[in-house]
Formats: sequence, structure tokens, C-alpha cells
Amino acid sequence: MAQKYYIFIGVLILAVLAGIFSYPNAFNKGIDFLNSKFSWTLPNFPSRPYVLGLDLQGGVQLIYQADLTDVADKSGSMAGLRDVIERRINLFGVTEPVVQIQGDNRLLVELPGVTDVKQAIEMIGQTPYLEFNEERTAEESQQIIDKIKEIKEAQDNGSEDLTKIENWELALQNPYFKPTELTGKYLTKATVIFDQTTYKAQIQLQFNDDGAKLFAEITERNINKPLAIYLDGASIVDTNGDNIIDAQDLYAPIVQDKITGGKAVITGDMSTQKANDIARRLNSGALPVKIGAPISQETVGPTLGSVSLQKSLLAGIYGLLAVIIFMVLFYRLPGLLASVALLIYVALTLAIFKLIPVTLTLAGIGGFILSIGMAVDASILIFARMKEEIKQGKGLAPAIDEGFKRAWPSIRDSNFNSLIVCAILFMFATSFIKGFALTLSLGIIVSLFSAIFITRIFLMVFVGNWAEKFKWIL
Amino acid sequence: MQFNFTKYSLIYYIVSGVLIIAAVVSLAVFGLKFGIEFIGGSNMQVQFEGPRPPNDAIQNALNEFDLGQVIVQPTGVSGAVLQFKGVDEETHQKILVKLNALVKTDEKSFQYIGPSIGQELRNKTQIAITLALLAITLYIAFAFRKVSKPIASWKYGITSLIALFHDILIPVGVFSILGKLYNVEITIPIIAALLTVLGFSVHDTIVIFDRIRENILRKGMAQFEETVDWSLNQTLGRSLSTVFSTLIVLVSIFFFGGQTLKYFSLALIIGITSGAYSSIFIASPLLVSWHKWSQRRGA
Repeated sequence: MAQKYYIFIGVLILAVLAGIFSYPNAFNKGIDFLNSKFSWTLPNFPSRPYVLGLDLQGGVQLIYQADLTDVADKSGSMAGLRDVIERRINLFGVTEPVVQIQGDNRLLVELPGVTDVKQAIEMIGQTPYLEFNEERTAEESQQIIDKIKEIKEAQDNGSEDLTKIENWELALQNPYFKPTELTGKYLTKATVIFDQTTYKAQIQLQFNDDGAKLFAEITERNINKPLAIYLDGASIVDTNGDNIIDAQDLYAPIVQDKITGGKAVITGDMSTQKANDIARRLNSGALPVKIGAPISQETVGPTLGSVSLQKSLLAGIYGLLAVIIFMVLFYRLPGLLASVALLIYVALTLAIFKLIPVTLTLAGIGGFILSIGMAVDASILIFARMKEEIKQGKGLAPAIDEGFKRAWPSIRDSNFNSLIVCAILFMFATSFIKGFALTLSLGIIVSLFSAIFITRIFLMVFVGNWAEKFKWIL
Repeated sequence: MQFNFTKYSLIYYIVSGVLIIAAVVSLAVFGLKFGIEFIGGSNMQVQFEGPRPPNDAIQNALNEFDLGQVIVQPTGVSGAVLQFKGVDEETHQKILVKLNALVKTDEKSFQYIGPSIGQELRNKTQIAITLALLAITLYIAFAFRKVSKPIASWKYGITSLIALFHDILIPVGVFSILGKLYNVEITIPIIAALLTVLGFSVHDTIVIFDRIRENILRKGMAQFEETVDWSLNQTLGRSLSTVFSTLIVLVSIFFFGGQTLKYFSLALIIGITSGAYSSIFIASPLLVSWHKWSQRRGA
């Protein structure tokens, strides 16, 4: 019979861990207090934030529909478009943007924290600009570097109008590379091919007739020199391995020879992944997909988001308290145990939300609060059965057992039904409904676990022979 | 204490009948007001710093833009929700400037739904509702496949479905009236709530029917009416407790949960209340009435 105590202790440990994980602030404050009081160095519990949806943290959601009528490789073009837009958004400095392909030709863009929607829409709607730039002469480079220095000094000295400096525009240019006439519109397509002997990935470029002529001229005057490839004014790919594309990156294959005929191959030691990235981006510059204006836009201001978050949390806390009061009043000791189980349920569910992580939206919180109300249903069913068994004169332990056994089919059937509805709701790809269905179904699953497992263990541990004398509390 | 539920069946039928007729009439006369996610358009939530200008002042200010009918709905002390035709970002910014000229305005949210998205969502909603009804019917048929006497299992299924329609029609009817009176719209959250009611309502009915099934096995089928009454009395405590605990949290969302979740929780409150009512007062009495009727026909 000791087994039930082990399980009980296991449940308690799980509950405490889940509680601390879902709300580490209180625990860490305690640790900090102890550390400062006794000069210990206890570690803080690692805190991990909840992932909040746009409606709770503010931001913009845009849905675009790409015009793919003239495009042969539709899914490839969409991947390229997604990639290009993600690059731009990253350059824009948005934290944790979402850029997703939906269906065949839809693109979902989520920009948390962005309030300047107009600028974002303009930036996203631009046609990708692919350019091949050649090296400047040393003299030109020096000129630009000097100019940058001059401007910087003027700036440091507090000069107001930098545009008064002669040739100030020079400082805005790339000191080492300058544009050639060759741009994306001359490129027909780029493909990844593999070397016949080494099996290394290579990129094959195919230019159109005008492009072929331009490319021949450019390669002729740049033999043994680099030819840099830029997309939207930044390196086409990350080259220094920090996964961020910035001024430190430069992708510039060396021209081996004059290339006529409009077909070129870029070789070099690159992974297939990188070759695919480059080819995809080259293609998105070669065959720009038009996306125009967004077909759906949703902007939530930051204040509305935080107000919504506070309100929904408040509703959840009031709801939880009311359910607990109700349970204790109506079901006394079992109700109290079920309430403790309910609190563990809340901690467990929140911990799961953090772990997966589930993006919490207003609807998601609504679904979770609803699941709190529904979670006690299983316990109520069990208690009702248990009481009946006691009325019929059964002992406590068999009554608890029988109560669980008899209540199980109803619990299973009814929760299964709610899960079916959640699954259908989830297929319905609207973010509001998805958030709601996801948290509600997670809630239902955890509530089954908590009712059958946690409430039962609590009853088995706390309701012993002593309770035979005090049957009124049951 | 035993309560003789089935004795007053006629009263329940009349109450529900009146409610359902009212809902149908309201739907036929007023129809439903669908939100912009289904019909396309723009929705702008603003907060005025200072007193809220009257609705027609706002509408006049926006006259110069081609916005179709501008609906202004005051919210809170000095806020408003504006709804109009779909506009691009440039026009949206111009509208903001114009509003700011009227009185200093803080935009809280803006939503634009293109017509293609609206069409798509309508289709998706229809599919989701059909699928949900189908899945639940199949589930009921499956759950009651073993019971056969004295009531054929498909009769449990049919009565559950009748209760289900009852539970959906009543909140839809209420929203049709609310739409007429207070411009309350059928939005995605409300569809989600109604589909959840579907699951919840069957859930209640299943628990009671499970009991009836169990009691028939225990007591035999001699007195079907008494068995049903007895089962209802046994499950009453549970039914009320469950509904009550769910309603507690929903009422909490309704009062404290903010604007977006308000009507969502209201739809759930109406649907779940009606679901609890129908599983006790409609589904089970219907089983008895049906049984009596077929006995009389057989005799």
C-alpha cells in the first residue's frame, strides 16, 4: 500500500516543478532573498517567457496574395518570396517576425511590436532587387573611405547640416563595390547542380541575350577579381556564419575567365543548403513575384494588447477562485482535494504552454479559462458516483474505487466529444480559432490526467479509515 | 427527494417550442449581422482624448473618403469602433489624420479584411459546421450502438440531435436580436463558441443517457418512464454542478475579460445554459414520449 504514497509524492514534486516553471518570479525572488541574507549562491530557476500572440503584445499581421500567373515553379517562387521578405524584415530590425506560406499563394507576415504599418507595407511590397557589383579601383575606394571619415568627424563635431559637405552622397555608397548594369532582370534562372566528380554543389546561372552580352563585358574587365551579388542592397547570403546578414557579409565569387554565351557556374566549397539558399534568392530577383497590397491587415496597438492581457488574466483568476469556492462549499473535503488538483492542473497546463511553446492569444486564454470550468466536471462525476456508493453502505475505499470505475465511461465519452469539436475547429485555419481550440484541447487532456490521476491519489491518501466517523465531510 | 421530471413534459415542450419559434422568426425577420471577417471591410478601434464627438460628426468628417456606410459604435467612456468599406493603408492613414483634426485620437487597433478572405472564411465556416454535426452524429451512433431495448439506439441519437439543434438555434436567435438592437455581429469567435456548444451540449446529454442505459441494464425495462426519471434525479446534481462551474468562469470572462471575449463568452453562456436545459427537460422526456407513442401505436 506504500505505492500510493510514492505516487502522491511524485505528483507533489511534479506540481511544484510545474508551478515554479510557469511562474518563476516568486520562487526566484525567494532565492535572491536567501542569497542576500546568507550570502549563498543558489541558482535562480531558469525563466522562460510565454509566447504571446499579436493581439496581446501589439503588432501587425498582414496577409498577401501573390500573383503567380506567369510563374512556372509556383512553390519554388513562393519559397523565394518568403525568403526575400523575411530577409527584409530582419534588416528592418523586427524581433521574432513570422513569415509563413499559407495555401498555394498566400503569405502571412506577422510583425510583433511594429506600429509604423505604412513603412512595413511599403518595405514588404517592394520588388526584390538583385544586382551584380564589381570591385572599385583602389583610388575610388579611398575617396569614399575618406568621405565617410570626413562626415563622421563633422557629425562628432556637432555639425547640423551634413548635406553642406561637398559630395556628401559619396559616403552613402559601398566603398569597395559599385553597381554594374547587370541586374536581376537579365537573369533567366539559377539552378543548383552537382559536380560530376566531386559531387559538390554548384550554382548555374542562365542569362538572357542582353544579359549574356553584359555579363561577357563585365567578366572580361574583372578577370581574377570578385563580382559581388547583392539582393535588396545587402549580401545575398550570410557569409561569416553569424546567421545575420549585415555589412560584414559579402558574397563575391572570383571571375575566372571571360564568360560568353550567358551561362555561368559558381563553384566553391559550399553546402547544398547554402547553394539552395543562393539559387532561390537569385531566382526571386530574376522572376520577381508581385504581391501588391495586403488582402488582410490587422494592427493591434501595444496598449490594447496589454490591457487585453491583464483583463483576461483577471477574468481567469476570478473564475478560478469562484470555482474553488463553489467546489469546497458543495463537496467539502473531496471538493477541497479537487480544488488542489485544479490548481495543479492550472500549473501543469501553463507549464505545457511554455514548454511547447503555445502562442497565447486572447482566444487561447479564453479557451484555457473555459477548460478550468470544464476540468472539474470529471471530479464532480466521480464524487457523485462515490456518494451513491457510500449511500448504498459501501466502505470508503471500495466506494472511491467504484466511483472512479463507474464515472469513467461518461468522462471519456463527453471529453472525447469536446476533443472532436476542437479538432474540427483546429482545421479551420483562423488564428483566433486555432488558439482557442489548441488551448482548450490541451486543457481537456491535462484535465483528464488531473481528475483521474491526481484527484484519485489525493482521495486515496487523505481519505483513510478516520473519515468513516466523519462521513458528513464527504 | 425525487422529482418527477417527465410528468411535466408538455410544459417543457411548450417553453422550448416558443423559444425556437421566436428564434426562427427573429432569424427570418432580422437575419444575422455578419462581422467584417465574413463580408470584408475595415474595422477601426479608437480612443478619443477628450469628449467623444457625436456619431454624425465623425461620419461627416469621413465623408470625403469613399467609405460606403460608416458605422460608428461608441465603446467605454470615450472610445468608438468604426466600420466601413475596405481601405488600403494610405487611406487608413488619411482617415486617422482626419479624425485627429476632429479631436485627438489614439488608434487602438485596425483591421482590414479583403473580399477574398471573407468569402474563404464563409466557406470554411460552412465546412466546419457540417463536419462538426457529422462527427457528433457519428459519435452518438457509435456511443449508443449497444442499447436496443426498449428503445432502439438510433432513437437516442435522434433525440440527442434534436436537443443539439435546440441548443444552437436559441443562441443564434439571441444573436439575431442582439444584432438588430445593438449591432452585435456574428464573428469568428462566436462561431467558435457555437461549435463548442455543440460539443458541450451533447456531452451533457450523453452523461444522462449513459445513466438511463445503465439503469435499464440494472432494473430491466419494465417501467421505462420511472427509469428515466430516476436517472434524471441521479444525474441532476452532476448536471447542475458542471454547468454551474462552467458558467462561473464564463460569467467571469463576460464581465472582466475585455471587449473581444465578451460576446464570445455570451454565446457560450446562452448555449451551455440551453444545453443543460435541453438535456434534462427535452432530450430525456422526448425519449419517454416517443416510447409511449410507439407503444400506443403498437397496442
